[in-house]
Amino acid sequence: MRTDITNINERSPYTDLTEGLQLYAGGTSRLFMTGEWRTNTPVLDQDKCRQCLLCAPVCPDSSIPVRGGKRLDFDYDHCKGCGICAKVCPFGAITMKEGIEA
Amino acid sequence: MGLNMETKNYSLKTMMEKPERLAPGHRMCAGCGATIGVRAVLRGLHEGDHAVIGNATGCLEVSSYMYPYSAWEDSYIHNAFENAGATLSGVETAYKVLKKKGRLGEKDQFKFITFGGDGGTYDIGFQSLSGAMERGHDMVYVCYDNGAYMNTGIQRSSATPMFADTTTTPSGKVSNGKVQYRKDLSSIIAEHYVPYVAQSTLTRDFKDLHRKAETAIYTEGPAFLNMMTPCPRGWRYETSEIMEICRLAVETCYWPLFEVVEGKWILNYEPKHKLPIEEFLKPQGRFKHLFKPGNEELIALFQKEVDKRWEDLQYRCAR
Amino acid sequence: MSMKGSRDRQVCSKAIPERMSGNEAVSYAIRQVNPDVMPAFPITPSTEIPQMVSTFIANGEIDTEFIPVESEHSAMSAAIGAEAAGARTMTATSSAGLALMWEELLLAASNRLPIVLTLVNRTLSGPININCDHSDGMGARDTGWIQIYAENNQEAYDNYIQAFPIAEDPRVHLPVMICQDGFITSHAVENIELLEDEHVRSFVGEYRPEEFLLNPGKPVSVGPYAISAYSMEAKRAQEAAMERAGEVILEVADRFHAMSGRSYGFFEEYRTKDADYLMVIMGSAAGTAKAAVDELREEGHKVGIIKLRVFRPFPEKEIAEAIRRSGCKAVAIMDRCESYNGNSGPLGSEIPAGLFRNKVMVETVNYIYGLAGRDFTVDHVKSVFAELGQVAQGRVPAPNHKYIGLRE
Repeated sequence: MRTDITNINERSPYTDLTEGLQLYAGGTSRLFMTGEWRTNTPVLDQDKCRQCLLCAPVCPDSSIPVRGGKRLDFDYDHCKGCGICAKVCPFGAITMKEGIEA
Repeated sequence: MGLNMETKNYSLKTMMEKPERLAPGHRMCAGCGATIGVRAVLRGLHEGDHAVIGNATGCLEVSSYMYPYSAWEDSYIHNAFENAGATLSGVETAYKVLKKKGRLGEKDQFKFITFGGDGGTYDIGFQSLSGAMERGHDMVYVCYDNGAYMNTGIQRSSATPMFADTTTTPSGKVSNGKVQYRKDLSSIIAEHYVPYVAQSTLTRDFKDLHRKAETAIYTEGPAFLNMMTPCPRGWRYETSEIMEICRLAVETCYWPLFEVVEGKWILNYEPKHKLPIEEFLKPQGRFKHLFKPGNEELIALFQKEVDKRWEDLQYRCAR
Repeated sequence: MSMKGSRDRQVCSKAIPERMSGNEAVSYAIRQVNPDVMPAFPITPSTEIPQMVSTFIANGEIDTEFIPVESEHSAMSAAIGAEAAGARTMTATSSAGLALMWEELLLAASNRLPIVLTLVNRTLSGPININCDHSDGMGARDTGWIQIYAENNQEAYDNYIQAFPIAEDPRVHLPVMICQDGFITSHAVENIELLEDEHVRSFVGEYRPEEFLLNPGKPVSVGPYAISAYSMEAKRAQEAAMERAGEVILEVADRFHAMSGRSYGFFEEYRTKDADYLMVIMGSAAGTAKAAVDELREEGHKVGIIKLRVFRPFPEKEIAEAIRRSGCKAVAIMDRCESYNGNSGPLGSEIPAGLFRNKVMVETVNYIYGLAGRDFTVDHVKSVFAELGQVAQGRVPAPNHKYIGLRE
């Protein structure tokens, strides 16, 4: 990261902001935790999951990581709890739980 | 068209393994269709290829690069609302000239993709898009069509379907929502005779959208991809329902899947049993007023328009 | 002497005498600079510039990429894209073309992109009219662009060559507008001294931005949504760059002097020493004013001209000091543009504000002249100085905001 956004905050003097507010880095939004918005939380039942991966592309928040052909647990730092994944799961492996905690 | 198209051996497993190019932490609403579409389009890029992403002002833009948080792993430029086409044509031309002058290496392959909502594409950015397509820039313009100006609070656009209840076409005592049907932008851009135009939406395995994105990106010259991406707030349905709504849009022929390759129209999907338009309208709050007793005629009118356009498309594809 | 030292030393360019119009002169400079990208849309009276550049390209004289955009809004939009992508980018326009770009002018500046625009000044509609005044450039005065105005084809050429080193200086990184008067300068053929190609090229140098969209593996994001906590700071940083632009403009002018022998500053003082009456004027009409001053000085009248070259950044202090230094009794401030504020044109507002802030208490009269190509003659200048004399001697009250050559 050429721009370290941890050095930029709402108390930074104007001389410390990047020129033209350009950002010399990619994917810095990872540091913003949209998981706090959640009112419902998806919970994965590993036993029921058949790794069909139909849930992975429907996530608007890139919060179902896939490694080695398998989906991992939810990225709760960013999941907003929309419930699309639970709806598309053909095996009932994802249930929506009320509240922010899994 | 590029060699080694990934779509030939499409599998969700390999596609989902690709590094994510749209990082989480953006501020799009929960259940937003646009970002699902954007992720799918970006998966069309081959690993190792760089990209510059353009973006018209809109939901996606204000939510994906809110200083200093950018969700984009690739280079990204937002300029204004009405000029995503022109802005990216400048970037693409710079690429051409930097290559020509030897300031970029032979191996440094960049692709150019710009995203605009239907407001920025069908309406205020229409001229800029048309100009960029006509000039032949090697770029893909992707419209994420959610059928209204959602960013400013659900005002009608020329992509809004007939009878939709929006904040500038509210249904009321003497109003049934939007009066006009909708502009068929995919066809209009196809009439520019650009090498590739496609219409798609979110489908179960995303193969249709993936193939079209990859084809658009790796077709030399201008390409236009129109993807319907529902908006739960504007269309008024439960966020979890998005994939079903998309399926119904295709099965009712409201949003047919087709592509135009070098002027040749190709229908990609024909429902075995075309569903009545009610099926698509019913789950959406914006059409609620159509289901009041006495409004059957309005649904019949909607059906008539869908049928007419579907027949037109079939005719074009059979030529 | 080290290699570095010898490269840094400017060598005087041979002067190449020619005769050309202002548009030809700027196009000649563009050929010498060989910019990377030029998006443009034709509009009178700047149309010749994209035409001539297209011809250079067609004949293989330069390898600039021309984008024949479908509007001026798209011209500046594409310029922003190209410059952000790492390409040295320029465009040309006039009048309504600049007005259509307005939104994008602000973005070029706020994104800190060193785009160069050559503006051939023409009045803004309505009524529609193709002739010169400064309403287009003045309309863009708060967009964050550096603005430099030329009296004649020579200055248009010289200013254009200086534009890139000013814009691209890391202390500045702001777009620059090089202005010349429509038809009067752009189309009239006059003598000019051109510089040698290689001298111009080394003066302007290669464009190698540190960060740009097309830097492989080093992604850049441009054009964010900024919440209020960042927006005001960003605007202040932009203003600070405009403040720094002043010193850079003078440094570049020094280097240019070493190459060409022609010297430039924020403004030119013409026979201002010991002047009783001064006229502040901008653009081609300064030539007319100088001719009038010569005649009046012959007759024993102590009059002089301040010809403003750099309008943005506005050299407020320097102008006030020059007026103070002259010890003059009254100043005519000439605006080739109406502000519709009920009081004055743009210079008629900014110069008195500068005089007041710098405690230079001198009588000023604001004149509006030459709108939409209306003639402005030596006799007009003389009548202005005559009126200033009357005002200074208390014989007539200072008229506020007076039109010249108007049928009343």
